[in-house]
Amino acid sequence: MTAAGALTKATPLSRRTARWLDARLGAASFVRKALDKVFPDHWSFLLGELALWSFVILIATGVYLTFFFDASVEEIVYQGSYVPLQGVEMSRAYASALDLSFDVRAGLVMRQVHHWAANVYLATTVVHLMRIFFTGAFRRPRELNWLLGVGMLILSIVNGFVGYSLLDDQLSGTGLRIAYNIAISIPVGGTWLASLFFGGEFPGPDLIERLYVIHILLLPAVIIALLGAHLALVARQRHTQFSGPGRTERNVVGERVWPTFAAKGTAAFFLTAAMLCALGGLAQINPIWLYGPFRPAEVSAASQPDWYMGWLDGALRLWPSWEIRAFGFELPTPFYPSVLLPGVTFALLALWPFLEARITKDRREHHLLDRPRDRPLRTALGVATLAFYTVLFFGGASDVLAVTFQTSVNALFRAFRTALLVLPPVAGFVAYRLCRELARRDRPGATDEAPAVAPAAPEDGASHRRAIEPEDEPERDPASTAGVPRG
Amino acid sequence: MGSRARHLRLVPVVAAASVALAALLGARAGAVEEEHDPLGYVVDRAALDDPATVAEGAELFRIGCVSCHGPGGVGSPRGPAITDAGAASAHFYLTSGRMPHAGAPDEQARRKPPAYTHEEIEDLVAYVASLGEGPEIPDVHLEEGDLQEGGDLFRGNCAACHSATGAGGALSYGQHAPSLDVATPVQIYEAMIIGPGQMPVFSPEAFSEEELNSIVRYVETLQGLGDPGGFSLGRIGPIPEGFVALVIGTGGMMLTVFLIGRRRHGEAEPPSEPVRPADASTGAGR
Ligand code: HEC
Ligand code: HEC
Ligand code: HEM
Repeated sequence: MTAAGALTKATPLSRRTARWLDARLGAASFVRKALDKVFPDHWSFLLGELALWSFVILIATGVYLTFFFDASVEEIVYQGSYVPLQGVEMSRAYASALDLSFDVRAGLVMRQVHHWAANVYLATTVVHLMRIFFTGAFRRPRELNWLLGVGMLILSIVNGFVGYSLLDDQLSGTGLRIAYNIAISIPVGGTWLASLFFGGEFPGPDLIERLYVIHILLLPAVIIALLGAHLALVARQRHTQFSGPGRTERNVVGERVWPTFAAKGTAAFFLTAAMLCALGGLAQINPIWLYGPFRPAEVSAASQPDWYMGWLDGALRLWPSWEIRAFGFELPTPFYPSVLLPGVTFALLALWPFLEARITKDRREHHLLDRPRDRPLRTALGVATLAFYTVLFFGGASDVLAVTFQTSVNALFRAFRTALLVLPPVAGFVAYRLCRELARRDRPGATDEAPAVAPAAPEDGASHRRAIEPEDEPERDPASTAGVPRG
Repeated sequence: MGSRARHLRLVPVVAAASVALAALLGARAGAVEEEHDPLGYVVDRAALDDPATVAEGAELFRIGCVSCHGPGGVGSPRGPAITDAGAASAHFYLTSGRMPHAGAPDEQARRKPPAYTHEEIEDLVAYVASLGEGPEIPDVHLEEGDLQEGGDLFRGNCAACHSATGAGGALSYGQHAPSLDVATPVQIYEAMIIGPGQMPVFSPEAFSEEELNSIVRYVETLQGLGDPGGFSLGRIGPIPEGFVALVIGTGGMMLTVFLIGRRRHGEAEPPSEPVRPADASTGAGR
């Protein structure tokens, strides 16, 4: 009763405010258009949003941490409340991270939410990328947005690594030392690159300060800029949709942004926030007080990177130790698994839309999505690639797996090396056969649903999506669909 | 008002439940406390020199150990000579259940519940000690150790194999440095002076008695240290963390989003659904 009363009272006020604003900004038509935009409905279209909201939480918690973190390698004697380290010499950076964990109100939970959010942010980004890949959403005209996405992914991985390297504990120091060795393994510019990032020999006196600026300012700013462009492009190019009744290459069928999609987006935000806070409050992550301050001469068993770097660590461990001279350069062992592999990985990933267009000779615009089964070869390739990187990831975990399951690390290494060669083709083949089988099952004629979906579907086995295409394809210049003004 | 009263009636129930829970947790904590013998399996040192004890031990040794260690502990293809193993080694191997060995000779002896009672262990230790010259069961003085120094020494000398958290680690060819969760102070001290299996001996030249006590004190502290951040996830670093982030975090969120996304299908897929071309070229929008 009171709520209804408040509503009738508030409406004229809000309308008056809106009119006042509109008279000054002329924004009403823009806002109305934006709110009326239609967003296609499929649960997988919310995956990108999970990444977005995780990123928002990452920023929010990160800002809180900057109030207390002190990025300095100046040596001090710890006097905080964690007894086992009292009186131990350490850098200010590590001491302030300990203070955050034990002496700053809500510091530990913020640290933990920030770290969980980083892990989940990158995971949801990769899942979002998989959605884009397996449905062919990257095809013309969305190649640019794919490139922006790959750019964000790379920068986010780097920023994650830089982030947990700031704390100057034993684990982060171990990771930085490996990164330094990798940098100097690059043939021509390596030493220069290493001194640029590390400020000279490792561990240099400027290292932490430099990483700090990169982590809280440089990379986030670039990522936010890319993200803005990414979202603007989604709005401008319209969202893709799966084919279905009434859905064609030139319309968008779904729910309006206001209220339905906005409600889902809000729900996704609260869901993300709830999950990350629950993890941050209940599950311990990166207990730096156990790892101790960084001492260059020491190393601990079970030193692993975060999961999104795990595949690189796995590659480094599984790669046989070869030193090859090529073009007059000594190419040290870390070069192949740690420089060449990620280089090739991200180059292929970025170029994929163009490679696929070249292979399939399909350069038309696509606003209707493929179902993975409609493109068995692409799906098989994607699954094989995932299998490859998953094996690499488990290779990175081999010592932990050996202890957990009481087996020998050497046996695991052998098994993973074999799996690296065998599993991807097998997984790809299985995926291919599955796709063909699923596609065969829903050919028109196999069920009586198909005619209701697409009356024009011919009996020759073409899917209804392809059947609709000729209907409107020749009518209009494809460019006019691409250049849809926000509507 | 009625609902208020009902709420009030709930108060004693909730209070009783909380007290019961607290009592339960307290009892659990108490039980752990009791089980934890502060120094662990300390034997009666005076009895070790008693010929009767040694004789009892010789009999037990003949039954349970000779098959591998040979008569008089001179060794055999199935087990090393233990004539100079000493009381410390016998005590460590027997109280940690490593002996009698249950596996091939080259297999790592694993910790398990001890096979012998306190008295039997005392007898066997007395017998093995009588065979030759070896380190004695150490006197552990935790209060003489310095916790912070112990931490530094532990991270510098033990973490490479046992990991900084004491959770253990893998060595090559199927060998493991075990987790240090359960070792008693005496066993920790003994492990350092005898170097079981692949573990190096931390000789008296390397570490003073005070430093050894410091390390024991640190390991003992690690064992009792709570996890202020919540579930510890085994304290084995980013692998289980990544697993939780991927499966529980990301998987859980995807499942929820999937359910949100499906919901409207069930309700609104019928023709009433707003089907509307949003293409600018058709002039849609207001
Ligand atoms: C099945 C064979 C087997 C039996 C039975 C056995 N041991 Fe052992 N023992 C071994 C092997 C193998 C080792 C070396 C393993 C290692 O060091 O991890 C060993 C090591 C030892 C050591 C440590 C040696 C050192 O150099 O410090 C002691 C002490 C010992 N055994 C005592 C005993 C006693 C006492 C018994 C009888 C209760 C016993 N063992 C029964 C096989 C056996
Ligand atoms: C080279 C690797 C290595 C180093 C360094 C090392 N250990 Fe060990 N440790 C081992 C291995 C392997 C075992 C298991 C021995 C066996 O096979 O029975 C072990 C066993 C132990 C045990 C017995 C655990 C149990 O529950 O039975 C303790 C206690 C221990 N180590 C403490 C230490 C301490 C303290 C240090 C540092 C001063 C240390 N270790 C350094 C490899 C190592
Ligand atoms: C920084 C992390 C990222 C965030 C926050 C983010 C966010 C989003 C959101 C909210 C959408 C709209 C909804 C959706 O389709 O899921 C979207 C669309 C898109 N994203 Fe991302 N994304 C990120 C990374 C990536 C990556 C790594 C790629 C691919 C390499 C990518 C490629 C695309 C493409 C091509 C679209 C348009 C898809 C379509 O219209 O169907 N994005 N992004």
